Amino acid sequence: MTGVVLTQAILSGLLWGAIFALIALGLTMIFGVMDIVNFAHGDFLMVAMYVAYTANAYLRMDPLLAIPLVAGLMYLLGIVVYRYIIKRVLEAPSVAQITVTFGLGIAFRALAHFVFSADYRQVQHPWVEGRVQFAGIVLGAPELVAAVGALLMTALLYWFITKTETGWALQAVAQNKQAAALMGINVDRFFGVAWGLGLGALGVAGALLANFYYIHPDVGAIFGGIAFVTVALGGFGSIQGALVAGLIIGLVESLAGVFISPQLKYAFVFSIYLLVVFIRPKGLMGTT
Amino acid sequence: MPFRNRSVVLGGVGLAVLLAIPLVVTQPHPQHVLIMIFLYALMGIAWNLVGGYAGQVSFGHAVFFGTGAYTTTLLMTKAKISPIIGMFAGGVVAAGIALIIGWGCFRLAGHYFAIATFTVGQMVQIIATQWKYIGAAVGVYVPLDRQYQWWLTLQFKSKAGFYYVALLLLGAGLWLCWQIGRNRLGAYFRAIKGDPEAARSLGIDIFRQKLYALMISAFVMAVVGGVFAQYVLFIDPASVFDGALSIKVALVAVLGGAGSLWGPVLGAAVLIPLNEYTSVMLGSSGSGLDLLLYGVLIVVVSVYQPDGLAGLWDRLFGARGRILREKKVTADAAARS
Repeated sequence: MTGVVLTQAILSGLLWGAIFALIALGLTMIFGVMDIVNFAHGDFLMVAMYVAYTANAYLRMDPLLAIPLVAGLMYLLGIVVYRYIIKRVLEAPSVAQITVTFGLGIAFRALAHFVFSADYRQVQHPWVEGRVQFAGIVLGAPELVAAVGALLMTALLYWFITKTETGWALQAVAQNKQAAALMGINVDRFFGVAWGLGLGALGVAGALLANFYYIHPDVGAIFGGIAFVTVALGGFGSIQGALVAGLIIGLVESLAGVFISPQLKYAFVFSIYLLVVFIRPKGLMGTT
Repeated sequence: MPFRNRSVVLGGVGLAVLLAIPLVVTQPHPQHVLIMIFLYALMGIAWNLVGGYAGQVSFGHAVFFGTGAYTTTLLMTKAKISPIIGMFAGGVVAAGIALIIGWGCFRLAGHYFAIATFTVGQMVQIIATQWKYIGAAVGVYVPLDRQYQWWLTLQFKSKAGFYYVALLLLGAGLWLCWQIGRNRLGAYFRAIKGDPEAARSLGIDIFRQKLYALMISAFVMAVVGGVFAQYVLFIDPASVFDGALSIKVALVAVLGGAGSLWGPVLGAAVLIPLNEYTSVMLGSSGSGLDLLLYGVLIVVVSVYQPDGLAGLWDRLFGARGRILREKKVTADAAARS
């Protein structure tokens, strides 16, 4: 009996862990390339979920089918936010860089509140719903799809960063802006690309989540909080770190929720995080 | 000397106006807004010691606020100790907690520190929500005192009483911060922010100085928490350990001017009325328009006035500010070349 419960907890923890990792990916990427922590990250996830919801409610589009649409729109939003707001604070004191993204988060949350009200919403008639059962273990089908999608997206982004020319340029900018500029890389453009890709990946996560999770203006708060912890645990700027950290956090959350107390599960997530960074102040895979 | 005379006169007039306001403005809501401005300004000053002067951005200051609110209230409900003593007891407890948190978190730098303080704040809120002895999620009601024996309960017949308490504490906080700023401690804090390695090489124990900054900051936050609890008469983990409070306090200080003495006062004087009145005018029915304006304003100030409103103030009114800034520009240029 406990064997089944344990397996169940581990599997559902891993599913959520993969989703956490994908959410954290955009955050770690933007930080890695340009040293800015986007404190509106959770709220951008919320925006992506509402885009998927709108596509479902008004265009009758399944959230899974809407993934390219959501990711594309979020890519554009990332470029716009960078071009018109973030770019202007690049030379500002770091506290102003922090408040600007906080302000953005508050504004987007308020906008969602204004447009969609505070009601909890859910997509209607998704293709994938219900549960998957085998050997006494029950997993939500949309969660399974989301986790597989998250892993695929993480792998895709990793491939993109390490194997394409754009990815190399991003890495070059992340390592040394001056040197990259001297090699003829347009640093400003790749900052924009980092924001676009970061929010685009978040868009994929948002659509996958919207497939089964309740959508409301404050939905980003808890996911955003977990994303910061994931990124800091994995090491700012590290994609592999975000994946490993996401899976660890998913596991801890699930195991603590099942075996200790559902109310205290986040306390355990946060204490694991604190424990790790006290031993390794730059996170598991942080370098700089 | 004429400059000094003029500032003494201006200061005296300003103080007289502040003292007279409750006699003229007698409606409860404007008085409430003023009290909130004073309390947030004081919290911004406290945050500024760590986040502005020493450059250690904290997103967990609600921990100290909540500690003060709970210590003060529980000392009164369980041991009949007056909040006037209780709030300082809360300050001492909070300073002790700051020592523990700082001992752990100051091993981390930059964003890692900021996120660690955020997670500590979340954890403390979760623990307080589960802790039966302090009322868990239900919270604690402060017993009403119909005799208004404020020296025993810190409750007043009208809001004017709290107005003067908040004003007095704000004055004390400004004085404390001013003293720290012009003393060795303030120089240490700024050195840590400016160049930690250089400060260390000059023999400054950075870790210890950061701990001092956080402990003083926590003490002040807790005093405000203690007063706030007696003002609203009800506390629960969701309100006094709220992560949003930590962020609001940081915003007040940063938008006002991180590292400047009067910055948090300016920040509170702009943000708090904006927050209070937009929700009245645009309707607090949850339409979100008030917060939209609030968020957009934060973005605009951060983009166009990254040094905070105090920088704008200096540029418009202060000759001294202009000179200081020019000095800073030359120093920056020298550092770059």
